[in-house]
This record gives sequence, C-alpha cells and structure tokens, in this order.
Amino acid sequence: MNLKSLVLAASACSVLVALPAQAQTEIQWWHSMSGQLGEWVNGLAKGFNDSQKEYKVVPVFKGTYPESFAAAIAAFRAGNAPHILQVFEVGTASMMASKGAIIPVTEVMKTGGVKFDPSVYVPAVAGYYTAPNGQMLSLPFNSSTTVFHYNKDAFKAAGLDPDKPPTTWPEVALAAAKLKISGHKCPFTTSWQSWTQLESFSAWHNVEFATKRNGFNGLDTRLAFNTPLHVRHIENLANMAQQGLFVYKGRNNTADATFVSGECAMTTGSSALYGAIKRNAKFTGGISTLPYYPDVPGSPQNTVIGGASLWAMSGKKPAEVKGVALFFKYLSDPQVQAKSHQETGYLPITTEAYLITDKSGFYKQNPGTDVSVNQMIRKTTDKSRGIRLGNFVQIRTIIDEELEPVWAGKKSAKQGLDDAKKRGDVELEKFEKANKG
Amino acid sequence: MAVEKRVRFRSWWLPWALVAPQLVIVLVFFFWPAAQALYYSVQQQDAFGTQVVFVGLDNFRALFRDETYLASFRVTAVFSLLVAGLGLAISLLLATMADRVLKGSGLYRTLLIWPYAVAPAVAGVLWLFMFAPSIGVVSYALNAIGIRWNHLLDGTDALILVVAAAVWKQISYNFLFFLAGLQSIPKSLIEAAAIDGAGPWRRFWTVQFPLLTPVAFFLLVINIVYAFFDTFAIIDAATGGGPGKDTAILVYKVYFDGFKALDLGGSAAQSVVLMVIVIVLTVVQFRYVEKRVNY
Repeated sequence: MNLKSLVLAASACSVLVALPAQAQTEIQWWHSMSGQLGEWVNGLAKGFNDSQKEYKVVPVFKGTYPESFAAAIAAFRAGNAPHILQVFEVGTASMMASKGAIIPVTEVMKTGGVKFDPSVYVPAVAGYYTAPNGQMLSLPFNSSTTVFHYNKDAFKAAGLDPDKPPTTWPEVALAAAKLKISGHKCPFTTSWQSWTQLESFSAWHNVEFATKRNGFNGLDTRLAFNTPLHVRHIENLANMAQQGLFVYKGRNNTADATFVSGECAMTTGSSALYGAIKRNAKFTGGISTLPYYPDVPGSPQNTVIGGASLWAMSGKKPAEVKGVALFFKYLSDPQVQAKSHQETGYLPITTEAYLITDKSGFYKQNPGTDVSVNQMIRKTTDKSRGIRLGNFVQIRTIIDEELEPVWAGKKSAKQGLDDAKKRGDVELEKFEKANKG
Repeated sequence: MAVEKRVRFRSWWLPWALVAPQLVIVLVFFFWPAAQALYYSVQQQDAFGTQVVFVGLDNFRALFRDETYLASFRVTAVFSLLVAGLGLAISLLLATMADRVLKGSGLYRTLLIWPYAVAPAVAGVLWLFMFAPSIGVVSYALNAIGIRWNHLLDGTDALILVVAAAVWKQISYNFLFFLAGLQSIPKSLIEAAAIDGAGPWRRFWTVQFPLLTPVAFFLLVINIVYAFFDTFAIIDAATGGGPGKDTAILVYKVYFDGFKALDLGGSAAQSVVLMVIVIVLTVVQFRYVEKRVNY
C-alpha cells in the first residue's frame, strides 16, 4: 500500500466517523408556491427545521403546478424523485392511479411511528384525498374554493348596495345590467370557467358533474354536465355575454387580474384571490357566496375544493420516511394551520384551526374571509364531495375549448356541453383503460 | 460551370472515421428519439411509468376517431403556409433593402437579427401583451380606428396573433441567410446587368433571385419544419390553442398532451404522425421544388 492510498483510506475513515455528528437527514420538498406564498412555504420549513435537529426540510420551487408535476415525474423515472411533492387537485386521480410511485399518508405515519387521526381534517377537504377504502393518500395542504368577488366601489357608483351582493344568478344579471348602465365595460367575468361554472356549480346545486359520484366510486365514471340545469346556466351566461354583461377574459385565472385592476366589477374565482385583492386592488373588495338558482331543490349545498396536497414519494429510506412523517405532523398542528389560513386566504384544513381563527376574532376584522369556510364545512352529499377524474387536465381544456364558441355565440349552450361531454368521455375511457391493472 | 472536385481516400476506414462524429450526433439526437417516439406510440402508460401496457395501434385509432384532431390538420396547414410564406417574403424584402443600405448597415442588421435571440415563449408573451384586449397597445389602436380586436373569442384574430409572433421570431434567421446569399453574388454580374439597361426590379428577378434559389430552398425547408415543430411555445404562451381549437396546431397538441396532460402514448402517436407528414413534405420539396433551384 503506497502513501497515496493510505491517505485516501484515512480520509475515507474520517468521513465515516464524522458522519453521525452532522447526520441531518435532508427532506426534499418540491412545490409551486411563488411570491408571497413562496415565503409562506419557506417559513413552514424553517419552523420545522428549528423545532428539531435530526431532519432538514429543503423546499424547492419547481415552477407552476403542471411544471413541478412534470419535473417530479421525470425525476421519478430517473430514480431521484423528491421526498415530498405538492400536486394540484386535477392531478389527484393521476397520483392515486400511479401505484408504486407514492406512499399513502397513513402508511407514512405508520412507518414513522407518528400518531395520525384523519378525522381532525375538514371532511370536504380530507374526503377528496381519501381512497375508496378509507385510506388517506395525501396530506391536504393548501385548499381553496370558488367564491364570488365584487367591487364595492363600483357597486356604489352604480347605485347598488355594496353590503348586499347578489346571491342568485338572476340577481347577478340584474346587478350586471345596472353596472353596465353606469358605464362599466366589464360587469361580470370569471376565472377557471370549468371549476367555477360547471364543477363547483354542480356541487353547489347538489347535482353530479360526473357519474359514479363524480369519479369517487370508480374509473368507469362519465361526464354528466349536460343536464337541463347546466344548459340553462351556460345559456344564461351566453346571453349575458351577448348583452355585454359577461365578458370572457381567457382561460385559467387570467380574469383575476382584470378584477384586481378594477376593469371587471364582479367575478367568480378562487377564495385565494383574497390576498391579491387586499394587497393590490385600489378599491374595496367584497366576498360573497357563489351565486345559485333558488328554484333548484337542495341548493345551495357546498362548493368543491381546488388547491393542492402533499404526496410522499416512494423509494426512500425508512429514516427519511420518518422525517416526512414528522414534518407532516408539524404541518397538521392546529396553531400552524390557523396561522397558514390567516396568512394566505387558503381554507383552514382542520376544524381546530377554524375554531382557533374564529376565536381570535380574525373573521370579524376581515369580513368575507369566512365565506369560503362556510361554503366548505357543511356536511357533504354523495354528489358534492368533490370531483376526481382521470385526465382532468385534458377535460378542463376540452371544456374551455367548447365554452369559448358558446360565449362567442357560434355554438348553442346545449351543443357546447354535449360536445364537451362526448370529447371528455373519450379521455375518461382512455384513463380507465390505462389504469385498470 | 462548376469544376467537380473529388477526393479519393486510400483506406476504407478513414472516410467513416471522419464522418463518425456527425453520424453519432445524428443517431443520438435524431434517430434514437424518433425510435423512442415510435416505441412509446404503441404503449399506454400512467404518468409515472409504473404501469405500461402494449396497446398496438390504439393510440393512432383514437387520434383519427377524434374529429377535432382531424380539424387541426387544416389549422396547421393554414398556419404553416402563412408562417413560412410571410416569413420568407418579408425577410427577403428586408435583406434586399439591407443589402443596398450604405450607411449604418451594421445597426440595421443587428436590430433585424435581434429577435432570433428571443425565446419562443417570450415572443408569444410579448405579442400577447401588445394585442391584449383592452390593455394592449395594438388592440387599443385597432379599437380607435374602429376594428374590434378580441383574440380571446375571435378565431381569426387569434390566428393573426400567433402567425405574427411566429413570423417575427423567424425573420431574423431568414434574413441572415438571405443577406449572406445576396452578398455572395458577385457585384460584376449585377453591374453587367445594369450596364445592359436592367432596372433594380429586373436585376433582382433575373440575376439576384435565381442565384438566391439554393438559399431560398434551404430556408423553405427550414421554415416549414419550424412552423410544424418549433412554434408550440408561442401558441402555448399566446392563445393556448384557443379560442375553441382555432389555433391548436398539431405540434401544440403533442406538447400539451405529453408535457401538461402527461399522456405519453397519445403524445408519441401524434409526434409519429407529425414526423411522417414532415418527411413526406421534405421529400416532396426535394423532388419537385429542388428541380427549379440553380446551384
């Protein structure tokens, strides 16, 4: 043995000896929270890291939801997936169907030796991430729901009562007409048209968006949003579009900016828009419940969630899984949860967090912030529990593609919805076939 | 006119060794991915690749049963013709102009080449901002002269928007080649034509353009490939294929299904279809258009 190899061996030994001293297990956490929300995520990781010495959670921003999802899939295929991945709600069915890629939360907790009670979570939230056999698969993290935002200043200018927002669709049309007369170019718009006008609309009126309990009871689910009620609503919006009362502002959440800028006076969108309105809008914003049709029995029921949950990826060492379990436990702490809820405008995902926030007087100081909570914490029905479909990304795009000609007056509401159902069902069949094994 | 040069190698392996680097690049970056696309196109797999099922030609069958997929062929044809046609015409015009400029030609050229450095997605967003209904500069001006611009609901407006962005992005590339081609034409030829009494217009069509045909042909092939393959980021950023499916060209759907919707099998089947189309188009161009090229 020459000197060189001796030195190498010695240094190798010293590394081995030195390891336990700095043996902080790193937990990679890929997320899609940018800006203010990014700071919130970093704060959560720091809070956990400061609370113990064994594990270090490293949050990594990986782009938008679809981007981080695609990145994690590529990483998984290459054998170096992160420990924790934040996945948006439309990716849920894909994650659930990917057997072997993920570890269910209940199992993570068992492996980590952490006591876990799924019943502390708000049922409408937890139910969404729970498998048919009752096993909770992912940890609810940031959940939002659809609400009605309106511009109180514009209401005043149009002679409407700013403290009495429209609660039904006929009232929305009336308010829009008054706003238009007062000179408003964009009385009403909407973001996430599939989520607000069809998905939440269905749950809110206690009708199915898709069969088999909106996909909860099996992959052989098919779309069901071409009923007379849905057609009536889309027709109503199309008429409003022709009269200039509803102005289409694009797919996804592009309409949000037009509301915050004051261009549009009313919008339906995510409850998480609250933060942006509070920070950036030059007017007083108001939040109200999603409008409904009062003659529909059973409405209003509850709305469905959006947002994301945290998934534990498989193929990790037991020690690392334990770290994930401890971090999940930290995130489920009622105090941490309540703070998150108040900071971000996302829903409180445990009942306890809601009660703490309520007691602190937060809702009284920030009127409207409890609207989303009240829409969600009701007892859900089989038709309103949530919507979990495979190939949901494509289905939402198909709905966008079919609604746009309806807003433009090129297609009837019935035709648009029928076509969307027909094309969407092809995607569902495809998903069923690819995942039946 | 041209003197044929032919080099003879004495050993059999030396020529192979010399082309080997190029061969390796072609194999690794072109043939291997193409083979993989073929392989994936007959499979259906979940997002993480944990369950892979061989489905034969099912992905293709599903594609051709989808009426909207068939409709997107028409959109693609219109889009590609416009992008390649306008891109070549405008850049040829600019190159001819720039070729005549005596003062400050460096500045002109730099400015004209600039857009090439812009990423496609950024180009899409730039044009989107200019044409954004109600806040965009261009849409504001259009409204002022009485044209109601709304690419969110009007398919023609949307198509104009993405064609403009795609052409703008590609003009620099075409311009570079045309300008180089123009500058390599011996001045004596043009001067001789001028002495014979030919005006600029006639000189261009009888002397310069015929000598430019090799460049123009090369650019035609490149531009068609560009319009077919490289424009998805522009579409994604500017319109997302909408309104309806009015700007959903074939490659955009490949990108969307593969990278956003994570349907690898379906996406691979589409890219195989696209590959076949471009191969056929290129063969056609080489067989028929190339005959009219003067080398």
